[in-house]
Amino acid sequence: MKLRSAIYLASAALSLALLTLASTLPSDAADKVDPVADAKAFKKFFTDKFPKVKLEDFVNGPYSMNEDLYKQWQDKEQFPPYEFSLEMGKEMFSKPFKNGKTYADCFENGGIGVRQNYPYFDAKEGKVITLELALNRCREANGEAPYSYVRDEMAALTAYMAFTSRGKPMDIKIPDDPRALAAYENGKEYFYTRRGQLNFSCATCHVQSPGERIRAEILAPALGIVNAMPIYRSEWSGMGTTSRRFTTCNSQIRGVPLSPQDDEYRNVEYYLSYVSNGLPISGPGARP
Amino acid sequence: MRNLMPKSALVLILVAAGAISASAAGSEDDFKTAYAAAEAANKEAGKLRNQWTTTANTLAAAKKAADAGDFDKATASAKEAEALAKASIFQATSEKTRWREMEIR
Repeated sequence: MKLRSAIYLASAALSLALLTLASTLPSDAADKVDPVADAKAFKKFFTDKFPKVKLEDFVNGPYSMNEDLYKQWQDKEQFPPYEFSLEMGKEMFSKPFKNGKTYADCFENGGIGVRQNYPYFDAKEGKVITLELALNRCREANGEAPYSYVRDEMAALTAYMAFTSRGKPMDIKIPDDPRALAAYENGKEYFYTRRGQLNFSCATCHVQSPGERIRAEILAPALGIVNAMPIYRSEWSGMGTTSRRFTTCNSQIRGVPLSPQDDEYRNVEYYLSYVSNGLPISGPGARP
Repeated sequence: MRNLMPKSALVLILVAAGAISASAAGSEDDFKTAYAAAEAANKEAGKLRNQWTTTANTLAAAKKAADAGDFDKATASAKEAEALAKASIFQATSEKTRWREMEIR
């Protein structure tokens, strides 16, 4: 009996030691930053969860979640609520700055059909550059005051640039640069980190609960969520930029939002855009 | 991935609830001490980039009550704000590793 007890005790001690060791050693998966594998797993998660939704339709957010909503989206697109913003953006984009230059001078291909390449990692600066940031830097470089990242002007400019890129697959690059990988990983961490008094992460709504209602709203899937930006939201009675979406998400869960275009927001946009690579640009979008 | 309401959420709720039920003494000095502690904790949460709107609102309520001379209410609000700030610090600290539990792999 004593021998049996000793064996049990030894087994238990060994199991405990192994468990302790396993919990202290970081797993390979946790340590290795592998954006390609992440993007593959991300797409698989959503296509498995919503087998009836075509991959390219995820960019339509809540409207991709069921047939009725999809019909609503099709009807909405007949007279899109973002049209006023699109026209405003087109006009703003072509209007010269005081120095005679235009936005087209700041972007590759004159800024037409390039939305799918943003955000990108700037090796010189060592940081992520979003389209909104690039637009304001263009303004400042040409002697103009920057626009608010959450107001109509920025939404109009990005709406126009997105519109000229519609249908082009998101094409975010992560260069072989440890700083770029760190920015990507930090963006991922931000996406999955719970914050605010409600203890929600971005993933709580957009990974765990897409298609579900949160009060009157239907939650969009995270896959392709940035491809539709900027968006007209009926709830806002107006347009919203990516910056506006991030900051309002934070305050809705009772977290104090960071400043628009802080590193965390730039990085999370980089992460979300990368895992949505291959899905078409659909912005500007409309949401309930 | 885990459930929508993990243990950490329960801890946060309990911490916040504990603060709400905490009784408060009513002198101006008590208020000042409680308010300074709450502000310090909220500042620490700010360094972790994880302040809560409710902490700021509760701090503002404490200040408003103190300005009106109601130090019982002001001290209670300040203690509540401190508990909220501490809960946000706990959240930010524990999420440094816990976020991976929700990650799609």
